[in-house]
Amino acid sequence: MMALLRRDLALALRSGGGFGLSLAFFLIVVVFVPFGVGPDTGVLARIAPGVLWIAALLSCLLSLDRIFQLDWEDGSLDALALAPLPLEGVVAMKALAHWLTTGLPLTVIAPLLGVLLNLPGAAAPWIFLSLLVGTPALSLLGAFGAALTVGIRRGGLLLSLLVMPLYIPTLIFGALTASRAGDGLDFFTPFALLGGVTLLAAALIPFAAAAAIRINLR
Amino acid sequence: MMPDLGKYAVWVLSAYGAALVLIAALVIQSIWRDRKMARMLAEVEMRSVRQDGDRG
Amino acid sequence: MSIWEYANPVRFMRLSDRVLPWLAALSAILMLVALVWGFFFTPDDYRQGSTVKIIFIHVPSAMIAINAWVMMLIASLIWLVRRHHVSALAAKAAAPVGAVMTMIALVTGAVWGEPMWGTWWAWDPRLTSFLILFLFYLGYIALWAAIDNPDTAADLTSVLAIVGSVFAVLSRYAALIWNQGLHQGASLSMDRAEHVADVFYYPLVTAIIAFILLFVTLVILRTRTEIRARRLRALLAREARE
Repeated sequence: MMALLRRDLALALRSGGGFGLSLAFFLIVVVFVPFGVGPDTGVLARIAPGVLWIAALLSCLLSLDRIFQLDWEDGSLDALALAPLPLEGVVAMKALAHWLTTGLPLTVIAPLLGVLLNLPGAAAPWIFLSLLVGTPALSLLGAFGAALTVGIRRGGLLLSLLVMPLYIPTLIFGALTASRAGDGLDFFTPFALLGGVTLLAAALIPFAAAAAIRINLR
Repeated sequence: MMPDLGKYAVWVLSAYGAALVLIAALVIQSIWRDRKMARMLAEVEMRSVRQDGDRG
Repeated sequence: MSIWEYANPVRFMRLSDRVLPWLAALSAILMLVALVWGFFFTPDDYRQGSTVKIIFIHVPSAMIAINAWVMMLIASLIWLVRRHHVSALAAKAAAPVGAVMTMIALVTGAVWGEPMWGTWWAWDPRLTSFLILFLFYLGYIALWAAIDNPDTAADLTSVLAIVGSVFAVLSRYAALIWNQGLHQGASLSMDRAEHVADVFYYPLVTAIIAFILLFVTLVILRTRTEIRARRLRALLAREARE
């Protein structure tokens, strides 16, 4: 299991795609927002938590189709399905690898990019913590979408359409946590629910995604 | 015949209008696709029966 | 004789061929009765004026929009457990009907909201949930359309329907916490004192029955189309092999 994780991480880092690209995309989306809504710092501060969350979510979408695509194309997914390791474990490891190379870096730089948007100081630690707790759910749900569409050529757009509705609870609770923290309001409820969604995804999604892969390999 | 809808006439009529258009579109599309599929299937079935006859 | 007899496509085609004309006629007549009753023979509401007449479309379509998804979920589960093709195809057939009903509920709601709340759209939990439901329908339909092999498509869309249901419910409650709404509570409930007045109640129930019949008719019709499409595909594949 650890070997699989190391292999996936090595592949992601070597191909250089997911890692740098998602971060660059994140930066560009955040830079675009003031161009779109104007440079008024008051307005930017108000929308900053939501913008950071949406930008992180979209950057996460970019690299989803790579989770299974390469292994599918060169046949190593068949090998993994036959391996003694349960397919559910393979899915969980692949989601974890995706999170380590996408979700975690996004989480780390989000408070820094918050400076560009005049993010309130009180919200900065909570944007970090809410992304830390919420982005694993994004990788897991993304792995599920990738498992559904792995057999489809040029399935990237369909993957986004399938996955984005599943992201709604995470987005709502995550952005709500950060913006309420920024306003000095009680944010425990959305934060707890955000964690709950992630735990639910961790418990449910490996089975659903493994089932989808088995169907596709049939 | 026409009931007096008062100042909201435009809204009520457009709600009914939009809903009826959508329902009609759905019904017509369903019937049209069913007819088309039945026709295509009948064609192919005829063809395969004829082929089987030739062979047998 | 059990209900599973109709899971056989041939039997389903034979039975539905006999039932469908009656069902179609009945739903058309009832729909006409309900809408004419609702539109011409109900009084105005003392607060909402004539806009209250929109209820006879808005509430039934919203009910069908949600229940169509529930029906798809059940049909998907039956397909996964018992491998009945008619069940999978019925789920596929119901999706566009459910999507259109969601759209009708949203459009009539917007047209009703404008004069009553002063806005076409508000990010109210109920409205938001319906928009999210619409997105789920779109994803489901798109996944069916994207996969060539019908059995694979049926399996994968079934898995999506199950996971989607969990997250659709989650989204519903997320939206509830996210924003308190303008929308009033349920129009119908078991408690007679709570729901709408009798003059609106009877035509509304008629309209709901009419919409249910319309839904059943359309799903049966579209399932027949899908069964034929499947057979056509199989025949063409055989021809190509020969």
